[in-house]
Amino acid sequence: MDWDALRVSLWLGAGTIALLLPWGIWFGRLLAVREFRGKLLVEALVTVPLVLPPTVLGFYLLVAFGVRSPLGKAFQAVAGQPLPFSFEGLLVASAIANIPFVVQPIQRGFEAIPLDVRDAAACCGLTPWQRFVRIEAPLAWPGILTAAILTFAHTLGEFGVVLMVGGNLPGETRTLSVAIYDRMQAFDDRSAGVMAAALLAIAVATLMATTTLARRVGRRRG
Amino acid sequence: MPRLLRSAAACLTALSLLASNPPIVSAQRPPTIAAAANLNFALREVADRFARAAGNRVELVFGASGTLTRQIQDGAPFEMFLAADEEFPNQLAKAGLTRDAGEIYAVGRLALFAPRGSPLQVDERLDGLARLLKGGGVTRFAIANPEVAPYGRAAEAVLRKHGLWDGIRPRLVLGDTIAQAAQFATTGNAVGGLVAYSLVLAELKDRGTHAVIPAADYPPLRQRMTLLKNAGPIVERFYRYVQEADARAILEKHGFAVPQ
Repeated sequence: MDWDALRVSLWLGAGTIALLLPWGIWFGRLLAVREFRGKLLVEALVTVPLVLPPTVLGFYLLVAFGVRSPLGKAFQAVAGQPLPFSFEGLLVASAIANIPFVVQPIQRGFEAIPLDVRDAAACCGLTPWQRFVRIEAPLAWPGILTAAILTFAHTLGEFGVVLMVGGNLPGETRTLSVAIYDRMQAFDDRSAGVMAAALLAIAVATLMATTTLARRVGRRRG
Repeated sequence: MPRLLRSAAACLTALSLLASNPPIVSAQRPPTIAAAANLNFALREVADRFARAAGNRVELVFGASGTLTRQIQDGAPFEMFLAADEEFPNQLAKAGLTRDAGEIYAVGRLALFAPRGSPLQVDERLDGLARLLKGGGVTRFAIANPEVAPYGRAAEAVLRKHGLWDGIRPRLVLGDTIAQAAQFATTGNAVGGLVAYSLVLAELKDRGTHAVIPAADYPPLRQRMTLLKNAGPIVERFYRYVQEADARAILEKHGFAVPQ
């Protein structure tokens, strides 16, 4: 077991959640309660990372932020190091790849709140913020938690974009999934097997958790 | 509901705790060196010996020479590059990314390998492979991707020299690196492959049969190393160490010829 890789993976998962969840709650709720022109397009754009091959994302990130591009040079001048091949670069890539995993469950969570509950809350004289904190967030909570868990699990499983943008640097961008690949190439099947089993266990646990949550939401709706 | 929430939150917290200091704190990590995949075992041994002798650790990242070259061009923070050929380091030198032209540290060798139970009979002239190919017995044959891996390029040259290239092409499985090609060649899904002799000696030799390909049959795999622009003192020492007797003995043990 490569503990360094596990550490990088867990930090990447937690970091992606921290980076995405606030925006996801704001945006998911917006999509759930508002109707506006071009909503269909916005929803499609949010979902794009779900169907996009990770290599496409990796390609664009490398081209945009590699040291040979103007944007990459500017970033390096400000941050002192290039964005690709760093943990921060992985975080950016992972945040983009996880947008649909955050926004969609949260949107479903807020959509599940009946309209009259929201109206009643407004009639009671609660401010929008009070309505959100006391009524909507507690009701949409399973959706928000599902988003966090899915994001965490998906980040742990990300491979292509991590290898392309991160470059397999031990302790910094070598995640568990990349470490498995690395160990396989070194004929170290035992370590690869242990790490693969760890990721499998995490994936199963995650799906069990999200299924339980989804059932809860479904029950309430029905 | 709260019980489930609490247990989920506890799980997440526990996981985060386990992952103590964030990867962003990277200042005190050992310097990182990029190395061609054929060095996977040899260079690890050299680095271990270096750590004992000099008291400094270096991190090794293995990949195809072409892939690593691309990463260095894109700003990967490696301090030294040990390639499987001369072309890739020269390309970096021309782009002004290296300290100087570097040194040839080893000459690699190619070997034909067949896993246990394979119908392929190995010999240095590839006669067995030609026979098997003609009889339609080659299901899959592994080499490294010639575009990014010099050992793949050498394999292509050998197959061309024996007039087998066109016939075997639809049957080839290409490894991203020579290590992956070796992996493919051992799993039994392929009848065999052309792989680095260093990997055969380190891992494959007990898993099947092999024959070393005569050096005259492909352009020499002169492996060049260079210090990169941001090389620090530890890596400078490692660069010198690779050229010293201890390291050369290890490389020779792993099947490389080392320049005098």
